[in-house]
Amino acid sequence: MDKTKKARRRPTKQLLGIAGIIGFLLTWEAIPWVGIVDARFLPPASEVTLALVRDFGLAAFWLAVGETMLAWFIGLALAVLAATLLGFIIGSSAFLRGFTNSTVEFLRPIPSVALIPLAVLLFGVKMESSLMLIMYASFWQVFIQVLYGVADVDNVAMNTAKSYGLGQFARIRHVVFPTTLPYLMTGVRLAASVALILAITAELVIGSPGLGREIALAQSGGAISGMYALVLATGLIGVLVNLAMRFVERKTLSWHSSVRAEVIV
Amino acid sequence: MPSETTDKNTLPTRTTTGRTVQNDEAMLSVRGLKKVYQTDGGPIEAVRNLTFDLRAGELACLVGPSGSGKTTLLKCISGLMAPTEGQVLLDGVEVSGPPKKMAVVFQEYGRSLFPWMRVRENVELPLKNQRVPKDERDRLVNEALEAVGLSHVPKSYPWQLSGGMQQRVAIARAVAYQPEVLLMDEPFAAVDAQTRADLEDLIRTVWKKLGITVLFVTHDIDESVYLGERVIILSSSPTVIQEDLVIDLPAERDQLNTRSLPRFTELRHHVYEQIQLAKAGHRPAAAAK
Repeated sequence: MDKTKKARRRPTKQLLGIAGIIGFLLTWEAIPWVGIVDARFLPPASEVTLALVRDFGLAAFWLAVGETMLAWFIGLALAVLAATLLGFIIGSSAFLRGFTNSTVEFLRPIPSVALIPLAVLLFGVKMESSLMLIMYASFWQVFIQVLYGVADVDNVAMNTAKSYGLGQFARIRHVVFPTTLPYLMTGVRLAASVALILAITAELVIGSPGLGREIALAQSGGAISGMYALVLATGLIGVLVNLAMRFVERKTLSWHSSVRAEVIV
Repeated sequence: MPSETTDKNTLPTRTTTGRTVQNDEAMLSVRGLKKVYQTDGGPIEAVRNLTFDLRAGELACLVGPSGSGKTTLLKCISGLMAPTEGQVLLDGVEVSGPPKKMAVVFQEYGRSLFPWMRVRENVELPLKNQRVPKDERDRLVNEALEAVGLSHVPKSYPWQLSGGMQQRVAIARAVAYQPEVLLMDEPFAAVDAQTRADLEDLIRTVWKKLGITVLFVTHDIDESVYLGERVIILSSSPTVIQEDLVIDLPAERDQLNTRSLPRFTELRHHVYEQIQLAKAGHRPAAAAK
């Protein structure tokens, strides 16, 4: 695609996106106004947005955001660490792969939320409960990707490294890890979204501190537009998390064919 | 041991077994090398029996019909694969893993160069791994990039370069490593004809300048005659040596004049004939044993 065409197309695309959001908000505004849904259960968009803006000025709101994001970050970080480490170890050995395969395929589909009772039993209404659920869900996302990545190492690249005398550790560092990195980044991006979902779910259901619990409290207190405002806030956080992850991915994988601009045939 | 045969058509220096030399003269010795692959469909004998020596500073080309076990042989020599029988000696020491004194240039430059490293980092990596001090490393990398004519692109990524330039980077990496033996596995099979001619001359230049021993595997007959001081022709699989031929072309070679020499045509003709014979299943008398 030539430059001028690209430059002209981008603003159009962005404008279209903004128009879409405005359209959505207008429809939302209209629904309770026309009376399709009772305004008590679905306050108009303007009211919810106002409540959200008001939240932005409250310390309690930011405290809840902080708690949710802390659980999200710790859970995600630990899961990524564990999954990367185990993925590399298991992925590098055909024996271990075969040995763990069926167990992984059994454990992986268990929905994290099914572990809520267990988490409560173990940790009670504390952040550790959220952490356990977040870690369980995010772990598999990353682990599976790392396994694929380790298996994708190019034979010629490996032989090159060996012929230049790179030892086992140097080969992992200079060949296996960079090969796996794109897979790992995909895994982390997926896990980041899943971790956020689990963080909110845990707070909502278990009542561990954070935005999820605030939503439950707002609902039981009858602060319906406040509740919607918090839901919107979680959505915004989700968007920000995804943007941040994409940014990190672009930066670390500038050399990778999915990111780089030049294409060599 | 080599059985010199007098030839009726102006090719006095050919043998039908690999040429060997006194032990202390050989840089690289291949002795009775045999490789059998164990597959689900039973054992496959890729290489039956290969014996030859490369003197220090020699540039030898290895040609053979496709599927003649050239790559297998090279993997055994470079220590990436253990032979079933026989041995490879580098400077008198048996090769049991990739030796420090050896560098390999692979055909698939796109996969052999690491796309996550810039040109300079690619060339530098083996030296870094050997813990060569920074100053020394910088000098070696600069010289190597200079030697292959790529001093202007150290910050580029390999994939931003053309195929020929990428293979130059791989050659620079090998040169910077300061090997005594350079193995090349059909390095120019994937570049266009003009680039190929340039790269052939580059190899001759580098070889002369550094005085290293080069074993150049190719399936291109012209290339083998143009490049080599000697051409080792392999039979079809299971591989033995079909012929070991001395290339008595002048040391100064250039694409235009050397290739139009009558002697070049003769040698080329001869190698071509031998390859055709090998393809047809003809085997030298020595292999019948």
